[in-house]
Amino acid sequence: MSVSTTDVTPHVRVSRRKVLISKLGLDGHDRGAKVVARALRDAGFEVVYLGVHKSPEDVVEAAIEEDVSVIGVSILSGSHLELVGNLIKLMRERRINVPLVVGGVIPPDDVNELRGLGVFDVFIPGTPLKKIVEVFERACEVGGS
Amino acid sequence: MRSLRGWVSVTDLDKLRERFDEWVREVLEPAVRKSPEARPRFLTEEGLEVKRLYTPLEVEGLGWNYIDKLGFPGSYPFTRGVYPTMYRGRAWTIRQYAGFGSAEDTNARYRYLLSIGQTGLSMAFDLPTQLGLDPDDKLAWYEVGKVGVSMPSIKEMDLAFQDIPMDRISTSMTINATAIEILSMYVAVAESRGVSRTSLRGTVQNDILKEYVARNNYIYPPKPSMRYATDLIMYAARNVPKWNSISISGYHFEEAGATPAMEVAFTLADAMEYVEWVIERGMDVDEFVGQLSFFFAARTNIFEQVAKFRAARRMWAKIMKDRFNAKDPRSMMLRFHTQTAGVLLTAQQPLVNLIRTTLQALAAVLGGTQSLHVNSYDEALSLPTEESVKLSVRVQQVLLYEAGVIDTVDPLGGSYYVEWLTDQVEESAWRIIDEVERLGGMIKAIELGYPQREIARASYEWQLKVEKGEAPIIGVNTLVEEGLPSVKVLKVDPKVRERVVFRLEQLRKERDPVKVRDSLDKLRRIAERDDVNVFPYIYEAVKSKATLGEISQTLREVWGEWRAPEVY
Repeated sequence: MSVSTTDVTPHVRVSRRKVLISKLGLDGHDRGAKVVARALRDAGFEVVYLGVHKSPEDVVEAAIEEDVSVIGVSILSGSHLELVGNLIKLMRERRINVPLVVGGVIPPDDVNELRGLGVFDVFIPGTPLKKIVEVFERACEVGGS
Repeated sequence: MRSLRGWVSVTDLDKLRERFDEWVREVLEPAVRKSPEARPRFLTEEGLEVKRLYTPLEVEGLGWNYIDKLGFPGSYPFTRGVYPTMYRGRAWTIRQYAGFGSAEDTNARYRYLLSIGQTGLSMAFDLPTQLGLDPDDKLAWYEVGKVGVSMPSIKEMDLAFQDIPMDRISTSMTINATAIEILSMYVAVAESRGVSRTSLRGTVQNDILKEYVARNNYIYPPKPSMRYATDLIMYAARNVPKWNSISISGYHFEEAGATPAMEVAFTLADAMEYVEWVIERGMDVDEFVGQLSFFFAARTNIFEQVAKFRAARRMWAKIMKDRFNAKDPRSMMLRFHTQTAGVLLTAQQPLVNLIRTTLQALAAVLGGTQSLHVNSYDEALSLPTEESVKLSVRVQQVLLYEAGVIDTVDPLGGSYYVEWLTDQVEESAWRIIDEVERLGGMIKAIELGYPQREIARASYEWQLKVEKGEAPIIGVNTLVEEGLPSVKVLKVDPKVRERVVFRLEQLRKERDPVKVRDSLDKLRRIAERDDVNVFPYIYEAVKSKATLGEISQTLREVWGEWRAPEVY
């Protein structure tokens, strides 16, 4: 079905716009991840949606296989620091040099900590889709080389 | 001769219509010309257009009949409530969903909640426990004790209920794919304290169907999962008679994006699937249906939510009476727990959530809930602290003691608007149920992805409304303040995993390995057949100190694992 997305349509076009969206860990709350995946698709991105119950290893494997420009993970279980920490470690080991964005139920202190770990941006509940699309735009410019 | 419809005669209705037209011409139209209304259309969250004013014309005018539509509380069709005196006789249960870390942390939180006036317990389990993994499993490592308590063995259940009177308190457990293991632990601990299973009161969620649609905490494919769930329902009917053997849940549909009518329809369609399975397996409907319970969300849009609860009650009564020929009135009663809608909590200006949850709780009470959880204001950021959860309990107590909402049964009954809305929600929900039936029932519909797609569509449409400001949310798309919120959040003790894993290793050393192996072998053989109830065999395994992970693994090897098709 088609829904009008004029509000979330990006204003910049970049060459490579393939992104990975995944849940990370055992958490099954996938509403946010699905809405973001759909908004990105409607905004012209090529979206690889991995689904639920994915480990850092699964995400890294998929990112390599699909050759994406940005990785987006959603975590609502409170395990974000450990999960993202290990994901970043694995990404470095496998030399995946693309921006990582994180969304979920994340306390303010942890938002800063995640940024410190090297996360490109963090979305807490209530972040407008328009902003999320813009961040993916910028991330693609960084990671799309 | 006057022909009566409802309680207003036709002559009165004719007179009313005349006076209404006169009011429109002489009062309304000049007023609107002078000061126009804020918007051209007012819509409910379902998307129904709401009229400016409701009168008997909207209800009585359509041949509406009090006895058929409403009846009396405690009687068919239960629209006005499942008990004759409702909260005048028995308050709803104040039941906050809680659990985190290890059994000790959770026990401390339960005792705190009981000390401030909570009247029932509600256990939250961590994701490994919900997915049948022991805390030392590789996949479990990140998640031990995070969203609930870690519960790998009977030993942990014993610790969680230290000094809690299991004979007097009712306990609800949000557990599905491992519901039999967890209920077995609870029963075994209670019996070790001299409390018999026939006297235990509580609920297991045990609603696996909604996991495939919305919550994603499934292990096995749908068919063996249905056998597992109905094994529990049938075992409880004969052995744990005061226990709600399932809590058929609309809450998670709502959280995933369902409209009120979808929430009601998919929940009742799930319920019909469970009932059909148990009847098919040879049990009489009135023998088990009285132990089925329900679970809904309460959103801030008060009147539509009240209508939703009332419509659900009326529909279930009809389904049980007409479709399943239930005879026992208890089988026709939709008894339900309510949780305020987590998706409506905002991370921005978090204290505003207290106001939202108060209104949501009011909707649940006006809708006739049997038990209630009020989300805490900080839950868009983390698990709640003691301070925030205390305010949630106080919200319930203000409603119960100060607001006067318990003084009469179904206080909104007879409101022209609410009755009209109740009819509308019911009508929309029947249409969705008809579609599910057309597809061959809920399992077929799930396999075809119908409820998943409908909910994903509704969720995206809602998000676009939020983006455009058509669904105003304070702090998010209106009255926005800059900067991140500052609130104290709960941090789960990082030592939890070590503590739980240490005890698990101890348990593995202490137990009789032959007994464990035998009980698991027996369970495997039973799982391979489909004519024997697995409950007693899981119970024996639990008592022999087999762990949750070992039991689930045994069943996984026989039944396989479910990998969902990903649609968005």
